[in-house]
Amino acid sequence: MAHQDNISYKELILNGIVKENTIFKLALSLCPAIAVTSSLRNGFLMGVAVMFVQVMVNMTISLMRSFIHPRIRLPIFMLVISGWVTITDMSMAAFAPDAYKQMGLYIQLIVAFASILARAEMFASKNNIMPSMFDGLGMGIGFMFALTVISFFRELLGKGALWGVSILNAKPLLIMVLPAGGFFAVGILMALFNWINSLYSSTTTSHH
Amino acid sequence: MKADFTRLLELIIAASVINNFVFTRFLGLCIFFGVSKKMETAVGMSITFTAVMMVSASASWFVFNYLMIPLDITFLKIIIFIGIVAALVQASDTIMRKLTPDLYYKLGIYLALISTNCIILAVPLINAGEHYNFLESIAFGFGSGIGFALALIIMASIREKLELADVPAPFKGMPIAFVVTGLIALAFTGFSGLITI
Repeated sequence: MAHQDNISYKELILNGIVKENTIFKLALSLCPAIAVTSSLRNGFLMGVAVMFVQVMVNMTISLMRSFIHPRIRLPIFMLVISGWVTITDMSMAAFAPDAYKQMGLYIQLIVAFASILARAEMFASKNNIMPSMFDGLGMGIGFMFALTVISFFRELLGKGALWGVSILNAKPLLIMVLPAGGFFAVGILMALFNWINSLYSSTTTSHH
Repeated sequence: MKADFTRLLELIIAASVINNFVFTRFLGLCIFFGVSKKMETAVGMSITFTAVMMVSASASWFVFNYLMIPLDITFLKIIIFIGIVAALVQASDTIMRKLTPDLYYKLGIYLALISTNCIILAVPLINAGEHYNFLESIAFGFGSGIGFALALIIMASIREKLELADVPAPFKGMPIAFVVTGLIALAFTGFSGLITI
């Protein structure tokens, strides 16, 4: 892990989106993936919030890493994370009050995301600020991508609308916006992601 | 403080089946999918969870009402609650290691993960947001624990069979677990509207 300085930024970002996609590959931080994805706007905002917290936490930890005693690193990481989550929570309540009413609890619970703590521990505490920033950006974009895809399908099928604008003139599949639909959507998309991945990896191995 | 037992019972039922944490609020999913592979761990986990949740609900109620409101620092609730929860989990970790060592080794890493678990943190946050009184907070914590236990045990009993089933390759593991959870969630929608608070 310590030798990752020579890995390019592009690879770091791609790693977060494809190889270690938080939701589809690692199956971590799933709670908001289902809770807020019944509309595209909420899913996207949640993704942006998580990306912001992840990037800022990674940068802060990376800057502070030589001052943190390894014994107490986890409590310090938690403090840094909850500080940035509080900032996100308050800005969200101030700038997007409508969305905050529906997803406030889940924004506050970003603090309990295993993926953010894991990146701080595995990457940011061992690397310089720039790689840490790009690592956070990659993980964040991967998360945002997953949430956007899930909420795209759920809102389109469940309400026949996108971003609150009705575009399909058909009777919607109500089940997709119900809690159960969230689980179905994530399960099916995960399987799809696995399937595409297996196709991709089998074609690359056959070329070798 | 006058206790209203009807309301407490309603709160417990509402928190456990109607607004079940896993199936309608989608919290604690990492643990839910992580430990529901075996019945034994599921039972142990749900007992620990319910106990920690009730204790953390009452501890954070005192801190919130007697410390944070008088000092006007309610905006720090995320940081303070996570501290309380982490301390309590550390305590229950030590107690379990002394009292039931074999169960402790089975639950292993998940017990440590409780401290950063969203359900345990969500209970004090919801209690503070809804301005529940002391007994209501405990009832809510208890109901949520029962609800989580219910979800874990149902899922564990299904998954023990699911291991033997022949599912399509891309669906193996997590995806099929999600679809199964969706089906249970669908059944749980039947409880909605049972009680309105």
